[in-house]
Amino acid sequence: MKKILMASAAVALCASAATAEDIKLGVLLGFTGPLESLAGPMALGAEMAMKEVSDSGALLDGSTVTPVRGDSTCVDSAAATAAAETLVTSDGVKGIMGAMCSGATTAVLQNVGMPNGVVMISPSATSPALSTLDDGGFFFRTAPSDARQGEVMADEIMEKGISSVAVTYTNNDYGKGLADSFQSAFEAAGGTVTISASHEDGKGDYSAEVGALASAGGDALVLVGYVDQGGSGVLRGALDSGAFYTFVFPDGMVSQALEDNFGSELDGSFGQLPDSEGEGMATYLGMAEEGGFDGSSAYSGGAYDSAALMMLAMQAAGSTDPKVYKDKIMEIANGPGEKIYPGELAKGLELLQAGTAIDYDGATAIELIGEGEAAGTFREIEFVDGEITTVRYR
Amino acid sequence: MELLNALVALTNYVIIPATSYGAQLALGALGVTLIYAVLRFSNFAHGDTMAFGTGVVILVTWGLQALGVSLGPLPVALLALPVGIAATALLLLGTDRVVYRYYRGIRAAPVVLVMVSVGVMFIMNALTRFLIGVDQIDFADGERFIISARTWNQMTGMREPLTLRTTQVITVVTAALVVVALFWFLNRTRTGKSMRAFSDNEDLALLSGIDPDRVVRVTWIITAALATVAGTLYGLDKSFKAFTYFQIVLPIFASAIVGGIGNPVGAIAGGFIISFSEVGLTYAWKKVAGYLIPGWQPDGLLQLLSTDYKFAVSFVILLLVLIFRPTGIFRGKVV
Repeated sequence: MKKILMASAAVALCASAATAEDIKLGVLLGFTGPLESLAGPMALGAEMAMKEVSDSGALLDGSTVTPVRGDSTCVDSAAATAAAETLVTSDGVKGIMGAMCSGATTAVLQNVGMPNGVVMISPSATSPALSTLDDGGFFFRTAPSDARQGEVMADEIMEKGISSVAVTYTNNDYGKGLADSFQSAFEAAGGTVTISASHEDGKGDYSAEVGALASAGGDALVLVGYVDQGGSGVLRGALDSGAFYTFVFPDGMVSQALEDNFGSELDGSFGQLPDSEGEGMATYLGMAEEGGFDGSSAYSGGAYDSAALMMLAMQAAGSTDPKVYKDKIMEIANGPGEKIYPGELAKGLELLQAGTAIDYDGATAIELIGEGEAAGTFREIEFVDGEITTVRYR
Repeated sequence: MELLNALVALTNYVIIPATSYGAQLALGALGVTLIYAVLRFSNFAHGDTMAFGTGVVILVTWGLQALGVSLGPLPVALLALPVGIAATALLLLGTDRVVYRYYRGIRAAPVVLVMVSVGVMFIMNALTRFLIGVDQIDFADGERFIISARTWNQMTGMREPLTLRTTQVITVVTAALVVVALFWFLNRTRTGKSMRAFSDNEDLALLSGIDPDRVVRVTWIITAALATVAGTLYGLDKSFKAFTYFQIVLPIFASAIVGGIGNPVGAIAGGFIISFSEVGLTYAWKKVAGYLIPGWQPDGLLQLLSTDYKFAVSFVILLLVLIFRPTGIFRGKVV
């Protein structure tokens, strides 16, 4: 009898918590697969935002937010779709922070997000194809499209006085998308692309690729690849055979590993990656350090912002229904209104409650353009004395 | 001068890389062909045997480096080779004892043994990952270049760079030494002759008193040596990654079959045929043509095949050989 009483009391407690609304948000990232090392800090960033909101008690009269993790694997679209399906149908999430890679994100959006009317905000899917996809207003991303990175890269190369380059890209959505957008931007600016050849990741021997690139020639080699995959293989081959001395690195290549493995051999080479500076990022890094994880890991700040955007939009719309609050996201992100930075989510919620407009700036200086993707600021880097040094932000 | 430039470009981007790649393939194909000749099945686990051997070599190399051992301009990994070979030999003998011996005992059809070797491949695959991890590992030390692009340009003042890496020379020299040793062993020693006899006619060999278990053991040990040497050379030249050894199995089999599987000379020829066609057919000839034919700058790249199709080249050669000369160029044997 006692047990039954206890149990029913517990059930009653749970039930009452649910009526005060316990909002569930999906955290759908590639926890296993080729980008698993990035998924951890991203999930922790998003969950930190949710905890901040729950603790404040300011969201929709004291609602709490609970994260539910799902594994999008990055490479397996079917697995990503199944994970998202579970989040939506059995966990009943009101929005999904994710997915991680462009391919998986497209699949989840088309098969789960749009049919079920669930808002998705991806912090890291950068394929240009997602810009033109008819998403019914349910999809946003806090990462810039690679079309934008292609333009930035083309400008940068032009400014260095280089007018002819060879391009090699990793043979997937990311590589092909970025290489194509770069080529059209570069040619529009009057440059010449001598060859645009793909390379497969995970091979040992890249001498054939390097031979073809060298024969096509050019003043620099644009290496659209992954630093711990074929990108480094092609780079090693091109350096060793003296085919190229100047390299241009987009986001997939710029990392500590590049500096450690090649160092001063790359002096004079340059590149860029989506990254932001300023107050928001500095605050976020401090918060992450307190939370015990590395906030500077790629797209971690974007994940925090993605989650924050969804919760702020719910507050602004006065509803947790994705079909309602989706229309508020652009407004929250772009303002006008009072600037809100990381750690100030409670303040933002209260301002919205009082009917004051806000402009969520977040960790990554969010500004959404077009169909709802980040305009993106890029950090331009250059190798000086074997070290990656920041030239400027643009 | 133009002619020289063309020659240098060709040497730098086709001849040197294809020669060292060919030597690596040839060593791998020799291991495959030996197993095929003596034990009569295609050993798909060979690529992962190479990975395992290289993994052990890397671990020992790290140990030696920690002790401060150095070979001057040569990589320390060469010193670690014997340990790697011993460990791989133990692994292969153990596998034979636990797995292959049973199937030999029941006289299983070759295709069954092939499937068994695929299973062994997956296990060795996992074993290597447990041993050394999945990351890319660079373990070459010592002098990187014999001729580097910059010194070449300073020396000759030519427009085209030429590079020759230490590992490329080591690869070709070691491969040559190993091949000579293997042929000497097969043709001049008693054990080698008994292996050949066993390969040519098993029943006759048994009648004349050859110990089959001994032949099988020696074959596995030689295979372990070939696999470890091939894997280490490949890793030194291109950096080690467990996954790439799984992929190299295709060109290795293509080499063995094109040359004539079961025939050691064929394996070597096959290795070079495959490597030169892979690199040569996907090379963009624009630059070379520009040097050779004065006043002509071709608009296109003069590339027969895009590099995406590199692996398709091995497949196509394999198909052509199987259609027109199924026994391979040097008359291998087909079970």
